[in-house]
Amino acid sequence: MEVKPFSDISYEQFLNEGKLMGSRCRKCGTLSVPPRPICIKCYNSEMEWIELEGKGKLAAFTCIVVGPPFMVEEGYDRKHPYCAGVVELEEGTRVDARIEGVDATKPETIKIGMPLTVEFLHRGEAEKMRTFLAFKPS
Amino acid sequence: MFKDKDSKDLFAEAFEECLASVDKGLDPNDIDAMWLGNFSNDFFMHQAHWGPIISDLIGLAPKPATRTEGACASSTLAFRDGVFAIASGFYDIVLVSGVEEMSKRPTEEVTEGLALATVPYEGEVGFTFPGVFGAIATAYFAKYGATRDHLMNVTIKSHNNARLNPKAQFNMSISEIMNARIERAKKKGEPVPTWKDEKEALWDPKFNPPIAWPMHLYDCCPISDGAACMLLVAEDIAKSFTDNPLYLLGMGQGSGRGLHDAPSLTSFEANKNAAAEAYGMSGLTPKDIQFAEVHDCFSMAEIVHMEDFGFFKPGEGYKAVEEGLTRLDGPMPINTSGGLKCKGHPVGATGIAQLYEVWKQLRGEAGERQIPKKDLHIGAAQNLGGTGGTCTFTILERR
Repeated sequence: MEVKPFSDISYEQFLNEGKLMGSRCRKCGTLSVPPRPICIKCYNSEMEWIELEGKGKLAAFTCIVVGPPFMVEEGYDRKHPYCAGVVELEEGTRVDARIEGVDATKPETIKIGMPLTVEFLHRGEAEKMRTFLAFKPS
Repeated sequence: MFKDKDSKDLFAEAFEECLASVDKGLDPNDIDAMWLGNFSNDFFMHQAHWGPIISDLIGLAPKPATRTEGACASSTLAFRDGVFAIASGFYDIVLVSGVEEMSKRPTEEVTEGLALATVPYEGEVGFTFPGVFGAIATAYFAKYGATRDHLMNVTIKSHNNARLNPKAQFNMSISEIMNARIERAKKKGEPVPTWKDEKEALWDPKFNPPIAWPMHLYDCCPISDGAACMLLVAEDIAKSFTDNPLYLLGMGQGSGRGLHDAPSLTSFEANKNAAAEAYGMSGLTPKDIQFAEVHDCFSMAEIVHMEDFGFFKPGEGYKAVEEGLTRLDGPMPINTSGGLKCKGHPVGATGIAQLYEVWKQLRGEAGERQIPKKDLHIGAAQNLGGTGGTCTFTILERR
């Protein structure tokens, strides 16, 4: 089977399939999510795909009131904020993600360190499908 | 914001003031080349390629005009390229500058335009710049025990400085803004706010609504238009233009990765690299820096930068602000101009505008906001672009 290139395009295709994938350097074992074509630790370019468990904890977050147009189109506005965050995965790396299942109007209730599980937010269909990486409280 | 002025009008004003500031005069024909920082007039004004537009405006064409882009650090990159050109001996006199025109677009679109400078993985999940710095703040709060109350100290200090800066976009203290709001409510017969002090107003969501938790309106720099420029000349000819030139002691730059890959969520690796380069080049340590302009695009950023450049230890920046150490009359004045928060943040012009403030302070020309320190001779400016993707640090000296 042909190995997908270690690129953002492949990463997004995997998200569409409901998989959170990263690259692991075959030489030094460094894990990168999203994937990298070149290992930034040892400059080796022989990589392998690794599927992440999709479990982690909240490392940083924000509840956004004034969002970009594509979030406004999803119905988020000054009265309906959304949460975005940085999630530290069990495998040791971090990812940026939307944080679902929390009350973005009450940011005081969202806690750094809270355990989270991956969720894939699929938008559009077939060729036009895009998937946003999200996490929700475990 | 200048509704009736465009990029060219603003640049012409800056250029005229720049020339007028040369004590012994300078013939503009002697300028060899120019560099212009501009982040995204392409997006904001639907017009790109601003180098020749501006060189034509100021009569510099057909001499070289080069645009530099490093998001909000664009014009410090122009400064650095000018330094390289002079240090190499290729040119003797160059103009380094920046311009940005943002206010003709609605807030949501400006937010989108600025977010083009995030790391792609951040923008894709909805991060905006207030959001990025909001996230950094939540990580900082959790690590060091700071709160929103501490960020308010940064805002109050910046406004107190800006009220002394006639060029500031918001040259009023928080108290003055509160009083204006109270007067307006009285005139209109609306309910009159009853804030006891500045902090109480800043806790009031009607006065200070959330933008991206925990960043509220008064934690965020405004949408601005502006231009700035500065002349760089070779050291051996400087005294033919002024008896009081400033000398470049050190400069550094760094690049960084997005939040997800950054070594720390409460520090920028690009800052650390810029600091190492600039301190290394100058042989100075943080203790030698007497004051600084730092890139306070958000209140949280000011604290992170002060720590990254060693003015205060990690986790102690917010305490330093609370103790008044960074006030105009404190031991380490920060953002005497009012900072990006109050002076304004026309992104492509900001780096040079910061150096302009260092110039004013070191030459004793800062007027009412002059730092009341004897023997003021070393100042610095720190500029940031993106999520710490591009950071610079520049140290200037008056001899």
